[in-house]
Amino acid sequence: MSDMSSTMTPGSGPSEKLLFHEARDVHTANGTLLGFWVYLMSDCLIFACLFAAYGVLGREYAGGPTGAEVLELPTVALNTTLLLLSSITYGFAVLEMQRDRKNPMLVWLVITGLLGAGFLTVELREFAHLIAEGNGPQRSAFLTSFFSLVGTHGLHVTCGILWLIVLMVQVMKKGLIHANKRRLLCLSMFWHFLDVVWVGVFSFVYLMGVLP
Amino acid sequence: MPDLTKLLFGRLTLESLPFHEPILIGTFAVVALGGIALLGVITYYRLWGYLWREWFTSIDHKKIGIMYMILGFVMLLRGFSDAIMMRAQQAIAFGDNMGYLPPEHYDQIFTAHGVIMIFFVAMPMVTGLMNFVMPLQIGARDVAFPFLNNFSFWMTVAGALLVMASLFIGEFARTGWLAYPPLSDIASSPDAGVDYYIWALQIAGVGTLLSGINLLVTIVKMRAPGMTIMKMPVFTWTALCTNVLIVAAFPVLTAVLAMLALDRYVGTNFFTTASGGNAMMYINFIWIWGHPEVYILVLPAFGIYSEVTATFCRKPLFGYASMVYATVVITVLSYLVWLHHFFTMGSGASVNSFFGITTMIISIPTGAKIFNWLFTMYRGRVEFEIPMMWTVAFMVTFVIGGMTGVLLAVPPADFSLHNSLFLVAHFHNVIIGGVLFGLFAGINYWFPKAFGFRLDRFWGKCSFWFWLIGFYFAFMPLYVMGLMGVTRRLNHFDDPSLRIWTYLAAFGAFLILLGIGCTIMQFYVSFRRRVELRDVTGDPWHGRTLEWSTSSPPPPYNFAFTPRIHDHDAWWMMKKYKYERPLDGFLPIHMPHNTGTGFILGALSFVFGFAMIWYMWLVAALSFLAILVVAITHTFNYDRDYYIPADEVRRVEQSRTELLASHV
Repeated sequence: MSDMSSTMTPGSGPSEKLLFHEARDVHTANGTLLGFWVYLMSDCLIFACLFAAYGVLGREYAGGPTGAEVLELPTVALNTTLLLLSSITYGFAVLEMQRDRKNPMLVWLVITGLLGAGFLTVELREFAHLIAEGNGPQRSAFLTSFFSLVGTHGLHVTCGILWLIVLMVQVMKKGLIHANKRRLLCLSMFWHFLDVVWVGVFSFVYLMGVLP
Repeated sequence: MPDLTKLLFGRLTLESLPFHEPILIGTFAVVALGGIALLGVITYYRLWGYLWREWFTSIDHKKIGIMYMILGFVMLLRGFSDAIMMRAQQAIAFGDNMGYLPPEHYDQIFTAHGVIMIFFVAMPMVTGLMNFVMPLQIGARDVAFPFLNNFSFWMTVAGALLVMASLFIGEFARTGWLAYPPLSDIASSPDAGVDYYIWALQIAGVGTLLSGINLLVTIVKMRAPGMTIMKMPVFTWTALCTNVLIVAAFPVLTAVLAMLALDRYVGTNFFTTASGGNAMMYINFIWIWGHPEVYILVLPAFGIYSEVTATFCRKPLFGYASMVYATVVITVLSYLVWLHHFFTMGSGASVNSFFGITTMIISIPTGAKIFNWLFTMYRGRVEFEIPMMWTVAFMVTFVIGGMTGVLLAVPPADFSLHNSLFLVAHFHNVIIGGVLFGLFAGINYWFPKAFGFRLDRFWGKCSFWFWLIGFYFAFMPLYVMGLMGVTRRLNHFDDPSLRIWTYLAAFGAFLILLGIGCTIMQFYVSFRRRVELRDVTGDPWHGRTLEWSTSSPPPPYNFAFTPRIHDHDAWWMMKKYKYERPLDGFLPIHMPHNTGTGFILGALSFVFGFAMIWYMWLVAALSFLAILVVAITHTFNYDRDYYIPADEVRRVEQSRTELLASHV
C-alpha cells in the first residue's frame, strides 16, 4: 500500500484516483521546542510589561532616593559577569550533551548552577541592603518598579536553578535519553533567555538609572 | 491559640458567611440541594470511577473540549442569573422604591456578571470548540501537548470555582469587571472581593495561556500532509489567530494583575498616586490585554459562521483568501486600538485620533467578512437548519453592533457616550450577537459529531427565536437610554419616564430566560430521542471539512489513517472523488496515557488561591509546595504513551463499516 503515497497530482480530475490517506504511520514533528519557544515569548511579554512600568515609574521618586543614589554599578558588574558566564557554561554543557558525554555535561551543569546561585546571592544582598536602609519596594514608585522588574528576573533564575537540579537528577537516573535531551534544550533556551532579559535590565535599569 | 487560628484561617471568620443576606442564603440552599442531588445521582449510578477514568483524567482533546463546553454552559446559568437580577432591579427601583438589591450587592452582581460571562462562559466555550473541532479539522490525533490540555482545563475550573466560592464565602469585587484602581486598591476595597477577582483570573489565566500555546503548536506542527497553510479550514485559521492573540495578550493580564496584587498584598506603589504610582498605567495595561481579548472571542465565532455558511449553502466559502487575510488583519489591528476604551483619559487630540482611526479601520476587514458570507449565500442552496439560522441572525445583529461601534470610535461622540448604557448596549450587541450566536451555531453544528446524534430542531428553533427577540428587547432600549444620557451600573433611577425602557429590557431578559430554558429542553429532548436522531454516517450536514469524514462520535484516535489533503474542503473533495474507507492494513496507533496530575494540580491551585485570598499563609505555603512537588514528580514519569493495537483499530473500524452498510 505504501507505494501509492507518491502518486498524486491535484486537479487531475475525478477520473484519476487520488490518494486521500497515508497508509504508513505518519509521525508529526515534535512540537516541544516550538511550544517552549512560544512560551518564552509570552514570558518575554511579562518582562515587557515590567519594563514599561519601569519606563513610566522609573523617575517617580516620591521624595525617596534616586537611582543614582542607591544603585551600585560595581555590584551589578560582578552580577552581570556571573550570569553571562553561566550562559557560556550552559553552552558547554549542551556541547557535551551532543557528544553524549554524561559526566562532563553534569559537571558543566553544576558550574552553571553555582554561577546562577552566585548571581542570586549578590542580588539578594543588594535587595537586603536596600530594604535595611528603608528603601524597600514600598518607598516609592521608582523602587516598586525596580524591585518588581529585577525581582521577577531573579525569581526566574531561581526557577531555572530548581529546574536544573531536577534535570540533573533525571539525567543521572535515566541517562541522556531523548526526552532528557529535549528537556535540557528547553532549559538551555530558558537560561539564555534570562541572560538576554538581564542585558535589558542591566542597560535600562542600572546603566540608565544611575544617570542624573 | 488565636495565633494558630490566624495562621490557619487568616482573615476568614464566621462573619464572612452571608447569614444576613436572604437572597444568598436562598441561592446557597438551591445550589447545595442541586449539588447534593447531582452527587447523589452520580453515586447511585456508580459513575465516579467512570467519570474519573474516562473524563477527569482524560487527555483526549474531544473529551476535554466537551468538558470545557459543560463548564461554560453551567457558568452561563450563573452569569445569566446575575443579568436577570440586574434587569429586575432596574425595572423596579424607581423613585421611592429602592428595589431589592442594596448597592453593595448590586455592585458585586454586575462585576461578577462581566467576569463570569467573559472568562468563564465565552472563553471556556470558545476554547472548548477549538479543542474539539480543530484537531479533527487538521487530521490530527490529538493536540501537541495532551497532558497540558487537561491541566489547562482544570486550572480554568479552579478559577471558576473561586468565583463561585465568593458567592457564599465573603464577597466578590464591587469594582466592575476590570477592577480599575484606585477603587480596587487596598484602601478602597479592603475586603476579599478584589482578591477573589485577582486569584480567580490568575489561575484561570495560566490555563488559558497554556492552552493557547498548545493549540498554536498543534496547528503549526500537526496538520495532515498536504494541508498547507492556505488550505486550512477557515475555523482552523481563526483558531490559529485566536491562539496567537492569547499567547500575545494574556501575559499582559498576568503582569497587570500581579502588579495589582503586589499593591494590595505588599504595599507597593504601581497604581497609588501618593507615592508616584499611576493608575492610568493599569487602565492602559488591562486594555492592551482587554481589546485583543474581544477578538480572541469573536474570531473563532467568525470561523464557525464561515463553516456553517459554506456547509448550508452547499458552496465553497466565497473568497477564502480574503477571509484569511481579513482574519489576520483583524488580529494585528486588535493590538492598535486599546486606547479607545478611555478616550477621556486626556491624552490629547492626536493620540485619540490615531486610536479612533485604527478602530474604524477594523470595520473594513470585518465588513469584508460579512460580504464574503453574503456572497456565499448568494445563489447558494440555503438550508435553514438551526446553525444557519443563528448565522443569519448574527449577520443582521452584528452589523448593528458594528455600526454603533464605529460611532463610539469617534472620539468626540465617545466623550458624551462613554460610560453610558449606549456602550453597554454596544458591547452586548457584538458579544451576544457575535460570540454567543456563533457558539450556539457551533454547538448545534458539531453536536452530532461529538455525541453521535443531532439536536432536536423544534426546541432549537424555540431557543433561537426567544434568544433573538429577547436580545432585541433587552438591548435596544439600552441604546435609547444611553443616547438620553443614562450612565451604566445604576441600581436606582429618579426619573419615572425611563421606566418604560427598563421594563422593555427586563421583558427581553425574560425572553432570553425562556430561550435558555428551551436550550436545556433541547438537550433533554434530543437525549430522549437520541436513537431517532442518530447520525450513523458521521456526516449529517453533508459537510466539507475533515471532521465529517470520521465517525460520530469519533474513535479515540480520530483517524485510522492520517488523511492526505489536496485542496480546501478536504472531505468535500474526498466525496467528489468517491473516496473509499480503507478496510484493512491497520497499524498500531501511538496514543498518550490518561493522567490525574492535571486534576490534582487544579485542585491544589484552588486551595492555594483560596488561601491567598483569605491570608491563610500557612495553607498557602503548603499548597504551593504541594503544587511544586506534584509538578516535579510528574516530570519523573517517562512512561506517557502506549499503542492502540492494530486489532483494536480493526475492530472499531469494522463496526463502523457494518454500521454504514446497514444504513445505506
